[in-house]
Amino acid sequence: MQRRTLIAAAGGLAAPLVFRHAALGADPIKVVSIHDASGGLDIYGKPMIACVDFAAEEINAAGGLLGRPVQVINYDPQSNIQLYTQFATQAATRDKAAAVHGGITSASREAIRPVLKRYNTLYFYNTQYEGGVCDRNCFCTGSTPAQNVQRLVPHIMQKWGKKVYIVAADYNYGQITSKWVTKFFREGGGDAVAVDFFPLDVTNFGPAIQKIQAAKPDVVVSALVGGAHVSFYRQWAAAGMKSRIPMASTTFGGGNESLLLSPEEGDGIVCAFSYFQEVDSPVNRAFLDRLRAKLGANTPYLGGELAMRSYVGMQLWAEGVRKAGSIDRTKVIEALGSGISVDGPPGRTTLDSKTNHVTLDVYVAEVKNRGFNVLQHFPNSPPSDTQSVCDLQKEPNANRQVVVDVRI
Amino acid sequence: MDLALATGIQALSGIATLLLISLGLAIVFGMMRVINLAHGEFLMLGAYSAVLAVQAGVNLWVAMLVVAPLCVGLLGVLVERLVIRRLYGRMVDTMLATWGLSLGLVGAVTMVFGNTVAGFSAPLGSVQIGAYSTSGYGLFLIAATAVLLAAVWAVLRFTQAGLIARGTMQNAGMAAALGVPTERVYALSFAAGAAVSGLAGALIAPMSGVVPTMGTAYIARSFITVITGGAAMLAGTSSAAGLLGSVNTLGTFATTPVLGEVLMLVVAIVLLRLLPQGITGRFFRRSL
Repeated sequence: MQRRTLIAAAGGLAAPLVFRHAALGADPIKVVSIHDASGGLDIYGKPMIACVDFAAEEINAAGGLLGRPVQVINYDPQSNIQLYTQFATQAATRDKAAAVHGGITSASREAIRPVLKRYNTLYFYNTQYEGGVCDRNCFCTGSTPAQNVQRLVPHIMQKWGKKVYIVAADYNYGQITSKWVTKFFREGGGDAVAVDFFPLDVTNFGPAIQKIQAAKPDVVVSALVGGAHVSFYRQWAAAGMKSRIPMASTTFGGGNESLLLSPEEGDGIVCAFSYFQEVDSPVNRAFLDRLRAKLGANTPYLGGELAMRSYVGMQLWAEGVRKAGSIDRTKVIEALGSGISVDGPPGRTTLDSKTNHVTLDVYVAEVKNRGFNVLQHFPNSPPSDTQSVCDLQKEPNANRQVVVDVRI
Repeated sequence: MDLALATGIQALSGIATLLLISLGLAIVFGMMRVINLAHGEFLMLGAYSAVLAVQAGVNLWVAMLVVAPLCVGLLGVLVERLVIRRLYGRMVDTMLATWGLSLGLVGAVTMVFGNTVAGFSAPLGSVQIGAYSTSGYGLFLIAATAVLLAAVWAVLRFTQAGLIARGTMQNAGMAAALGVPTERVYALSFAAGAAVSGLAGALIAPMSGVVPTMGTAYIARSFITVITGGAAMLAGTSSAAGLLGSVNTLGTFATTPVLGEVLMLVVAIVLLRLLPQGITGRFFRRSL
């Protein structure tokens, strides 16, 4: 094919896209989404991307924002931190994005947060994490330990007892979360008999399981992360421990963990998130129907909160733009800070202008037949951990992640 | 007493797992001096074939012990034909090609089967040792590894094919001069190595998270074991697995899981500093 024909053909292919945008009126508002669609983190990233896209489609179907359509540009950092920085720079400088949604691990967030701050590009981090980010330009819309762990611990203490053995992933999420678990156990009159950390590529948990048996705790809490650590749950079940010591987790079900295990391995693990696909409310049922109608057989299982928070993050941003009547960053931040809330599938989410975190509903659920069975619902849980260390009203130029000092 | 016994079993189990995931790599490296960076993905494919076969209604043992090695062995034949054969003696090029293959396999599996397959749980229940409960399947893994090792040894030691393989391994030029079709020997060795990796992947599948990227969690460990072991594929790999596996397990018991990993790596580094040719560069030199 000659080059000229090729260009003509390409033009022909691109034409419908152009026309579709023209039909909506003006040039699109660009939103960049940076989530891993390949590599080890794709189990989290793919459902998140689906939800960001779906949120944009719904916004557009309702007439767009300020009379303009929203265009999502998806970048795949391939579970590679370096690419995160590169794509964040690209989003800010080349695409001039109105907002960037993205980052899954805390490491990826801390890679792109400074970049987007420097380029004055609005940033949404829609993942459950360890709390403590204090940055006016960055909105954290997932739940933090003061929200999920605080609900999880009393539930399991009442159910199973006061002695806990904690197994956690060996990086900041696991280290910080294990402190929170210990804190809440002590507050309830219990204690942690031991805390063990595991590098992310550990696959043999035999020795750890034996140590747990020797310590005889009432309950095991896991803050393990990633595909390799799924081995823990399988080896735990294979050793016949499931019927002896019950288990809870702050991470299980955030991705597809519950789908990887057989029911006899997974059933009964108790978890807390700000959303489960199984949340039984009319709004959630309607949302799932719309999502399935759109994606058909490709509809991902949403599990815990990560994918849903990406959807809510888009909704919050859109609400901010509507209220500001502009996509100007400062105006949108001010509008978001005025106490915006959206009612979505997980319940009501309200932005806290002091911390740029959110007040949300927390659910406690147990794993049942590769899904979840919701046991308890706690509406309006504030991000009190981050609130204790961050006040953006007093200190609008703050730019840090504070490790919340957990007094235990 | 219970504690000692239970700890001993854990140590054995750690050793067996290391040996299992390294053996396929050791066969390919020992026979052909080919560094197969797609080894982790061969394990992953073994696990996937077993899981998918079980889902399709195949008996669990058949899926693990027959289907998985067969599938990955066949893939090995294909890979040898298309890639490895063209790059004999070019070690760096082979590494690059197999690394590319590894990325390609992860991508292909993700595309075809998705990143989530429902695994099957370990059979055989649990076994009580005094106050400790351990998995019956873990004990089976130890036995299976011992049998596999013995089988590979017996093939190499007592059969004509083994004799030819050993001859080719020692001096390919001389073997060719005596009429041995070395290309075929290499092709078969690669396929055998792949089949053993597939079997290993299937055997660890009920005890690990079966995801397309699972190979990365195993490949570093298997390389460290094979390199520490040195030239003799069976004696080297078993002695290295024995040493590193027990250091890792006992280190984890005595300290923390993090230090257990660190200790294992420290031992491997110190050993390679003292014995750059691996354990069998100095000891058991004439063994297989």
